[in-house]
Amino acid sequence: MEYQIRSKESANRRLYNNLVKKRIVLLVVLFIGLAFLTILNISIGSSSIAIREILSVLFTGGGDGHNPMIIREIRLPMALMAMGIGASLGIGGCGIQTILRNPIASPFTLGISAAASFGAAMGLILNANLFHVSDTLAVTVNAFAFSLLVAVGIYMFSRQSNISKTAIILFGIALNFLFNALTMILQYIADEDELQSLIFWTFGSLLKTTWNKFFIVFAVLAVCFFILFKDAWKLTAMTLDDTKAKSLGVDTAKVRRKVIFVTSLLSAVAVCFVGTIGFVGLIAPHIARQLVGEDQRFFMPLSALTGAFIMSFAFVASKVIIKGVILPIGLITAIIGIPFFVTIIFSKMRTMQ
Amino acid sequence: MITVNNLHFSYKKSKGAHKVFDGLNIAFARGFNVILGPNGAGKSTLLKAIFGLLHYDGNIVYGQESITAMDTEDRIKLMSYLPQMDVEISTLTVLEMVILGRLPELGHKISDEDLDIVMDTLESLNIAALAARNFSELSGGQKKLVFIAQTLVRKPKLILLDEPVNSLDLQKQLELCQLLQKIVDKQGVDIIVVLHDINLAARYAGHIVVMDEKGSFYSAGRPDEVITPRMLKEVYGVIANVTCDEKGTPMVSPVCSVRRV
Repeated sequence: MEYQIRSKESANRRLYNNLVKKRIVLLVVLFIGLAFLTILNISIGSSSIAIREILSVLFTGGGDGHNPMIIREIRLPMALMAMGIGASLGIGGCGIQTILRNPIASPFTLGISAAASFGAAMGLILNANLFHVSDTLAVTVNAFAFSLLVAVGIYMFSRQSNISKTAIILFGIALNFLFNALTMILQYIADEDELQSLIFWTFGSLLKTTWNKFFIVFAVLAVCFFILFKDAWKLTAMTLDDTKAKSLGVDTAKVRRKVIFVTSLLSAVAVCFVGTIGFVGLIAPHIARQLVGEDQRFFMPLSALTGAFIMSFAFVASKVIIKGVILPIGLITAIIGIPFFVTIIFSKMRTMQ
Repeated sequence: MITVNNLHFSYKKSKGAHKVFDGLNIAFARGFNVILGPNGAGKSTLLKAIFGLLHYDGNIVYGQESITAMDTEDRIKLMSYLPQMDVEISTLTVLEMVILGRLPELGHKISDEDLDIVMDTLESLNIAALAARNFSELSGGQKKLVFIAQTLVRKPKLILLDEPVNSLDLQKQLELCQLLQKIVDKQGVDIIVVLHDINLAARYAGHIVVMDEKGSFYSAGRPDEVITPRMLKEVYGVIANVTCDEKGTPMVSPVCSVRRV
């Protein structure tokens, strides 16, 4: 996107540019904040590294001792992974909130993440390979299959007439309980090593990040973002009601299918590599909506950036709350997220039918 | 212009179906058409069927082309439609809301053409000053005008409006009808409007179609041909006086309902 300001712009163009300028400034500010948090994330750890040293390692290839290796191979991919996962969840939440027209929908609150978690656990503990793909992919594909199943289920449920928005959320919560219980059964029968990996999933942690995992997350994120962003105007129309969107020429069923597929994929990938991360997919779009409204040309990128920002912030918090201990990041996002969740319920549920 | 041939349609319900049209035939004229009829006559349903939101049996034809057989893309290019019930709350600004009306060809970067059409339309509805406001902050009438603008910016050949004057004050009702008439005269656009206000219809419509409460065609023609005490009694169940002003426009003053209460 480019918004050129010509010397002889029309009054109409000026009006529009003024409207858009604020939003672009917001995106830029958040991006800079995010870059700062990322540097901070690399700096903080079991041993802290000076910011000057980080910049010199990253941009000039200098530095000596262990630090360059720690920065390049451990902390940088982890910091980037926090961003990537945050952005994935932000976009997933933005998409699902749009198609359900429901501000408390998110992959986590609807049980999509829990289902992905269960799928992954099945691959890990029962060595289930449901779709006979290669072993390395099995866990991811299982997770995706279950998240898609739940997303489609939620969608079908929401399509019935006279279903209130609250009912959809309660249905999601029921699914959440169901898949958590199923995952617990697997935990119960797991041996000690397997249990260790499972715990990692239920808490959500960035510590197992590798460059390869990051690239997969990033590639999926980029593709999904591109697919959804192409339909930005159609999605904007879908924030209104269905008849309205149809009267504007939007094939609502097709857009919904696309969003469900993409959201499930994003949730599944996030769960596979860092486990269940709650509330980011809920809060990020909420904040973005307050800031720029639902014009998806801005709403969607801002949801991604906000999600990335929250995750990076939570990652910083997870390392400084107890000195020398890195708390699982999923616990931090839950602690940050629950007050938000409650506030949204109080402010939005009253107006929802 | 639009002809509706042998239209059959029912709303599916849990117990059986609710029949709306059973072999409806209607011909609309070029220019300013108004559909009149009591509540439940199927006026809104007819507009939905024409726009292609319903699965019906029968054939709807525009000129020589069958709208029924058209794909969505062509249909969207041909017409725009203003639903009766509309969105109340949205986080969009007025400008964005109206730009959405340009959707089929809308790019991520808004072209000068898009912007100019949108702002000109807002200007013609006297709401250009609201462009940067949040939609949710507007009054009911202003919201209605925003959606009317959204319907107009697509520059369709045929515009379907379902009770567009609802929630507009008297002055804005007249202004809207004058604007619609101007669009019909200057741009050669055909419009079909559902109205409840018979006097408003009498003043502005070129062609009126009356439907009765069974969802059947009752009569059609110029306002002075259609708006008669007999029609008002048989279709609306109302005793009313109909007088004509100096231009020959009929004026209805209702007296009482035929039904005993």
